[in-house]
Amino acid sequence: MRQRRRAAWLFLLPMLVVLAGVAGWPLFRTVFFSFTDATLATLDDFQGVGLDNYLWLMRDPVWWRAVWNTLVFAVVSVGIETALGLGIALILNAHLPGRGLLRAAVLIPWAIPTVVSAQMWGWMFHDLYGVVNAILMGLGLIAKPRAWTADPDLALPVVIAVDVWKSTPFMALLILAALQMLPRDLYEAARVDGVHPVKVFVRITLPLIRPALMVAVLFRTLDALRVFDLMYVLTGNSRSTMSMSVYARQYLIDFQDVGYGSAAATLLVLVLAVATVLAVTLGRVRVDAGR
Amino acid sequence: MVGLRRIAFALVVLGIVAWAVFPFAWAIVTSLKAGSALFTVEAWPSQPSLANYAAIFREQPFGRNILNSLMAASAVVALSLVLAVLAAYALGRVRFRGRGLLLFVVLGVSMFPQVAVLSGLFELVRWLGLYNRIGSLVLSYLIFTLPFTVWVLTTFMRELPKELEEAAMVDGAGPFVIVTRVFLPLMGPALAATGLLAFIAAWNEFLFALTFTLTDDARTVPVAIALMSGASQYELPWGQIMAASVVVTVPLIGLVLLFQRRIVSGLTAGAVKG
Repeated sequence: MRQRRRAAWLFLLPMLVVLAGVAGWPLFRTVFFSFTDATLATLDDFQGVGLDNYLWLMRDPVWWRAVWNTLVFAVVSVGIETALGLGIALILNAHLPGRGLLRAAVLIPWAIPTVVSAQMWGWMFHDLYGVVNAILMGLGLIAKPRAWTADPDLALPVVIAVDVWKSTPFMALLILAALQMLPRDLYEAARVDGVHPVKVFVRITLPLIRPALMVAVLFRTLDALRVFDLMYVLTGNSRSTMSMSVYARQYLIDFQDVGYGSAAATLLVLVLAVATVLAVTLGRVRVDAGR
Repeated sequence: MVGLRRIAFALVVLGIVAWAVFPFAWAIVTSLKAGSALFTVEAWPSQPSLANYAAIFREQPFGRNILNSLMAASAVVALSLVLAVLAAYALGRVRFRGRGLLLFVVLGVSMFPQVAVLSGLFELVRWLGLYNRIGSLVLSYLIFTLPFTVWVLTTFMRELPKELEEAAMVDGAGPFVIVTRVFLPLMGPALAATGLLAFIAAWNEFLFALTFTLTDDARTVPVAIALMSGASQYELPWGQIMAASVVVTVPLIGLVLLFQRRIVSGLTAGAVKG
């Protein structure tokens, strides 16, 4: 027994060393840099500046805009994705001809890399030659072409729409997996008793899939809070859509201000931590580890 | 009444399919348009041409980019699987103190934002002399492939029958022999599914690849597609961008459709537990 336990630690060691090297240490350095004036060119020649970087952040309206964008993006897109995902999962769970085909079609957006989907939608939303403008004008819904990704009022909704397209399949798949684990006899009984389908859904289905649903929502929310690729490719460093990750990277790499950028990145970690704690306590999410 | 409801349902299903498939279909249509045809909105090009596909391999270093992505993703998947199989045995089959905590830490690593490790990793990459090399990507991608593979393989290891291990122990096999000779042969499907998902994640990664590579020699496919530019700065070569998008996406869609059952079970094992 003791031999097995010793072997277990030996087996864990390589993985732990690698994780500490690629995650633990870099995270520690980022937090450390956030209290310095380090720049990209002088990574080993810097001075401590205390909380200065954080104080500057608090006074930067662009930062607050990024925080706002990120929160709006996360709440709205995850909300829509959950509702749509639930609907699609229910349809996929029903017995209908061509279910396999439908499932395959729904998987396509998920299989496409984010950068590719951002470019595809960027082209579709193109102000002059985009198919979206052409269709909407053809239907008479708009009178003249819109600059979807350049218009500050439209850009964030466009980014959210693209994310909904890409991520709803993931949500639908996770919910579908939960739906398929539900005991059938409960539904038999409800059907025999003549309970209305809506009531069955609210009283039986929803409570039973709630744990899985909450985990899926938590995973998607954390994903949405750290979003980077989508904004960067679709709208660049535009302020109207800039997320916290885009803001942090812009300072870290483009402006080479490692100290300031690290402070922004550290705050993002804090936001994620708060979101996780909130979800786990309020939503009573259980992530099973160790059993 | 029943007929009407059935028609409405069919329309909803059709709408979902159209919504899911249309953007990619439009990318294919665009990629077949050459020259000024690109700037007319038509459902099918009057003169379909493969010029854009030829151009990405001739005018752009897209072949090189694909090779880079293949190398980085394969290396990181191989490395992750080796490390994860060993770790999964320990986490899935041996009882020891701190096991639950360890699993949470591993899960936690896969959760935190990539940008949070950017400056620390940048320093590490430069210190190791890996800047603008594929090695920097292999190193940084481990941060998300490793927790994922460890978590999924641990779940899988746990389900394997106890008797197998006991029989091997009676025969005097040590833990290493048990993992490599008894469990590994049974794990083929799990390794394939996890490896594939990790491969896709590494293939699609953008932030690290954008930050740790500078020149075309080291660029991966997503970065190349994001930064593809034409003759002038203001004119994006949309036809070529769409052709490149189609080239990298078709194999992915093929793989996903081929392995869809396993992928769904892999995703749920990795994500939903509870």
